[in-house]
Amino acid sequence: MFGNAIILALREIRRNVLRSTLTILGIVIGVGAVITMVTIGEGATAQVQADIQKLGSNLLQVFRGQGFGGGGGSRQAAPPFSMDDVEAIKNEISGVRTATPTIGTGTQAIYGNSNWATQVQGTDDQYISVRDWPLASGRNFSESELRAGAAVCILGATVQRELFGSEDPLGANIRLNKLSCQVIGTLSSKGQSGFGQDQDDLVVVPLRTIQRRVVGNSDVSSIMVSARDGVSTEKVQADIESLMRERRKIRPGADPDFNVRDLKEISSAMTQTTRVLTTLLAAVAAVSLLVGGVGIMNIMLVSVTERTREIGTRLAVGAMARDVLLQFLIEAVTLAAFGGIIGIALGLTAGALATHAFNVPFVLNVGIVMLSFGFSAAVGIIFGYFPARRAAQLDPIEALRHE
Amino acid sequence: MPSSPTPVIDLSQVTKIYGHGEGEVRALRGIDLRINAGEFVAVMGPSGSGKSTCMNILGCLDTPSGGAYKFLGVPVGNMSADQRALLRRNYLGFVFQGFNLLSRTTALENVELPLVYRHVPKEERHALARKALQEVGLSGRETHVPSQLSGGQQQRVAIARAIVTQPQVLFADEPTGNLDTATSVEIMKLLTSLNEQRGITIAMVTHEPDIAGWTRRIVRFRDGHIESDQANEPVREH
Repeated sequence: MFGNAIILALREIRRNVLRSTLTILGIVIGVGAVITMVTIGEGATAQVQADIQKLGSNLLQVFRGQGFGGGGGSRQAAPPFSMDDVEAIKNEISGVRTATPTIGTGTQAIYGNSNWATQVQGTDDQYISVRDWPLASGRNFSESELRAGAAVCILGATVQRELFGSEDPLGANIRLNKLSCQVIGTLSSKGQSGFGQDQDDLVVVPLRTIQRRVVGNSDVSSIMVSARDGVSTEKVQADIESLMRERRKIRPGADPDFNVRDLKEISSAMTQTTRVLTTLLAAVAAVSLLVGGVGIMNIMLVSVTERTREIGTRLAVGAMARDVLLQFLIEAVTLAAFGGIIGIALGLTAGALATHAFNVPFVLNVGIVMLSFGFSAAVGIIFGYFPARRAAQLDPIEALRHE
Repeated sequence: MPSSPTPVIDLSQVTKIYGHGEGEVRALRGIDLRINAGEFVAVMGPSGSGKSTCMNILGCLDTPSGGAYKFLGVPVGNMSADQRALLRRNYLGFVFQGFNLLSRTTALENVELPLVYRHVPKEERHALARKALQEVGLSGRETHVPSQLSGGQQQRVAIARAIVTQPQVLFADEPTGNLDTATSVEIMKLLTSLNEQRGITIAMVTHEPDIAGWTRRIVRFRDGHIESDQANEPVREH
């Protein structure tokens, strides 16, 4: 019985190519939109995760002040960290692989005729290890350079490109404002962060160099901590918090004047955000899929009226009500499924082009492809049933008389 | 006239009433009619005489309000819509005034339609449909769609569709109503030969005496009654 209904339905679709094409257009657009949106969204999510990964693995940051929500005022009021804090974190917490102090300030980097506004970052030899950031050339700071606050620096890829172009910077002297320092190494390129910052736009100098010759104190503005592999960052975060509360003499129950941020938290927050956006976009697109379903119902109803005499003829030559019902239902489902397949093909193509244009990875979500296909077939059944039932309930005599 | 033990069609005191109360219309007021296998009957009468209602009941498209209708000895008056559909599928063929072919569908596919509902396999379906088209003189037109065929040819396709299932009875409702005289004669010749050569029982509604003259028996309706039921000497070549 199914075989027959399929033959008849396919003949009917072939008989009316233009009408069939117009009927499925809504579904094509709906499914295409859903697939495109989800593909772009998944690509963005993957990109964010990769970006967070680039910041370094198992990375925690200790800041002054009260975190994201805290006003600038409270951050200024909070006392800075010192090198002792860094040593304490390194030595007293077992889950910590290593920690590195940082202090950053804006500066003008000058070499010959080239001039580039950038960030200078004061830190120690653990920085590249904590950030999981290999050198491209040259060497790390030596023990004595760190102790002495020597005038040496390591260039980020952007600064290197802007100041030196294709010239080899190793051994050259650049000026950072009034400080003249020798380039001893260059960092490999890390690209943009998940926040859209160019991470390669910096110059790294020994902590003591910046403390003595630029800012004129011995403060450390933040501490970067790398947890050991296999140790939960939540545990390390809690340990650092209690250690720092103790060192900074904060009474139990009082709000701390610092905060420890786990980059994984930021990562999951950002992933969450893109997920929500993806869902939202897909939901909007799904509405158009529903509209496509209404379109199918519309055309099928018109088609039932238009084909009343034909239905009468079918009933006269021996079609049962359920043969007619099945034929119209299969017509609707076949149309919707065709629409779904074309929509999936279009959506994946558009998604591939868009992800390429936005420079995010193309992620094929098989689940959503199957879901869209199933949904469009379901739309065919739901919106095809009413017209099909109407066709099946026609009285043969009335139908044959219909003009 | 040879008379078989059970008539193909046997109506006794069949009535048909439409509507209720004041608006009640008594379309048939007690019809007795027997049609035996191999007969070629014309049903005539003015509009409103009940002939179409009677034909709808005979063709199992409608059910009588009262009385009994036996088809091949089996009471069919109270059958469900699905049972009547099966009866039409397996025993009856229909030819309509307006041909009722599926547009944009080839002659072959049109003729195959009843076989599709009979679940006949594809190869056999093609073979039977080709043979039926050959019988009505349309060999070589299998792939033509109705808009490429003349009125007479379209009616031939419709007749092929009606006989492809080897029906017990062929019901023809004004089969020449949309055709000119010359074409009407061709169609009547075809029906006559199907009746005489293949022995198909034919019941035909018409209001044209010329057309009714081709048959062997003429039943006249008036006001829901059978007014007359006479044997007829069929006309031959015109």
